[in-house]
Amino acid sequence: MHSAAQPAPATTADTLLAVRDLNAWYGESHVLHGMAFDIRAGEVVTLLGRNGAGKTTTLKSIMGVIDKRRGSIRFQGSELVGLASRHIARKGIAWCPEERGIFASLDVRENLMLPPVVAPGGFTLEQIFELFPNLKERLHSQGTKLSGGEQQMLAIGRILRTGARLLLLDEPTEGLAPVIVQQICQMIRRLKSMGFTIILVEQNFHAAATVADRHYIVEQGRVVDEIANEELEASMGKLHRYLGV
Amino acid sequence: MAEIFGIPAAALFGQLLLGFINGAFYATLSLGLAVIFGLLNIINFTHGAQYMMGAFVGWMLLTYLGIGYWPALILAPLIVGAIGMIIERTMISRLYKLDHLYGLLLTFGLALIIEGLFRNGYGVSGLAYAIPPQLSGGVNLGFMFLPLYRGWVVVASLVVCLATWFIIEKTRLGAYLRAATENPTLVQAFGINVPLLVTLTYGFGVALAGFAGVLAAPIYAVNPMMGSNLIIVVFAVVVIGGMGSILGAIVTGFSLGLIEGLTKVFYPEAAATVIFIIMAIVLLVKPAGLFGREA
Ligand SMILES: Nc1ncnc2c1ncn2[C@@H]1O[C@H](COP(=O)(O)OP(=O)(O)OP(=O)(O)O)[C@@H](O)[C@H]1O
Ligand SMILES: [Mg+2]
Repeated sequence: MHSAAQPAPATTADTLLAVRDLNAWYGESHVLHGMAFDIRAGEVVTLLGRNGAGKTTTLKSIMGVIDKRRGSIRFQGSELVGLASRHIARKGIAWCPEERGIFASLDVRENLMLPPVVAPGGFTLEQIFELFPNLKERLHSQGTKLSGGEQQMLAIGRILRTGARLLLLDEPTEGLAPVIVQQICQMIRRLKSMGFTIILVEQNFHAAATVADRHYIVEQGRVVDEIANEELEASMGKLHRYLGV
Repeated sequence: MAEIFGIPAAALFGQLLLGFINGAFYATLSLGLAVIFGLLNIINFTHGAQYMMGAFVGWMLLTYLGIGYWPALILAPLIVGAIGMIIERTMISRLYKLDHLYGLLLTFGLALIIEGLFRNGYGVSGLAYAIPPQLSGGVNLGFMFLPLYRGWVVVASLVVCLATWFIIEKTRLGAYLRAATENPTLVQAFGINVPLLVTLTYGFGVALAGFAGVLAAPIYAVNPMMGSNLIIVVFAVVVIGGMGSILGAIVTGFSLGLIEGLTKVFYPEAAATVIFIIMAIVLLVKPAGLFGREA
């Protein structure tokens, strides 16, 4: 285990993703300033931070959907910076964007079936319905006619089909009712028990605390602290200062 | 002879058939434009020239290689579509990050160049292309005489339009296309080759124009300017139907052809302008077009 606050941790053998000195820009505006963190296979790790800290941009940089990024993102030892997003997806990384990205011109079934399978071992439709029974009833509805919670389930469900083993989930509980938040947290624990590796962006660190192994604190485009989940209780004062809540 | 509203029935049905034929071309061409606009966000001003190329490739296949109408109906769209894909890869694709105006200027310029080249090579008097023997002649339907080839044009266009609709709305490839039209970044982040999808879509839209060109060859003279005359009306059809709607393009194309035909019967003076009058009214009342999604 790392001690706390290591912006550039040493890479170990079971490291799945290693981000080093990551910089990213929207046009001229420089948003990530030397992000660095690690994730080991099978971990659930959160990125916590205030609005505008650069959490979403970090996920976009990993996924390759940002115009300009520099530095290094190594996935299973191979470099992602410089690859087009479709090649990154094919390596087994899947992204559930903050705005969910449900397609209005596709029905629920088409939305579910859209992402191509990139590796064996993905969920079958039956397994997805078992996890999210609501989706089964709404298969022929227009994707955007679903409730917010159902859209979130659809957005997560469709990337489980692909066989990707690293999931990037951007605020999956944002704006949802407490009972649905619970359902999603339960689902994340289940995915973890199945061996998925997950980077979770969350504002709701109470929810995050029920699922994560470690938390990275993001401020102004870099990681400023790392807190193990066991230390979360003891670090509440610090956390409140970081998040301004 | 029977009359309807004081018009001889045969004349009325004759004009309706003409309207249907024009409508078939409007539908096929505006469908191609709508497919291209949906994904590429480019108004393909080369469309008329590509329609003309379809007719010319059909004529060339016959004249230089002895390849007849039926193979040409498949080959010419493939050839014109392939040329379209080369144009997309080498030129249009460089403009996606710029203002739409650049795509419009490029495709407009390309249309002028292509038409100029054909005019240099073949003049403007028009070349004859014979109706295939299987479709020459006609049948007497009792209320009118139906030239077989004209009936075939309507049926073939309708089948191609509906097949296109089916592919886009009901297949997996069509789902990729619809999704990429909405959010290409996300579709690409799922691992789908969106640039290839864009190239294929442009090629497909252009092939539709080429197909319409071959269909037109035996009816209208094969002429370098045949596309630029037609395409003005087709753009009006697209504006009326609404950019980017597949079914809208088909329905609007056929309906406006019919309306034009009826106008020729009842008020011939307005026949050439009726579509533009409808366009003006639609623009005032529903600027996104009859089937367009409001922005
Ligand atoms: N498309 C964009 N163009 C320009 N600047 C952007 C864009 N998206 C985000 N930014 C800026 O980049 C910075 C980081 O944004 P980012 O979305 O990564 O933050 P975040 O940590 O995800 O915040 P939130 O909690 O609000 O989702 C912010 O200052 C934001 O204003
Ligand atoms: Mg965000």
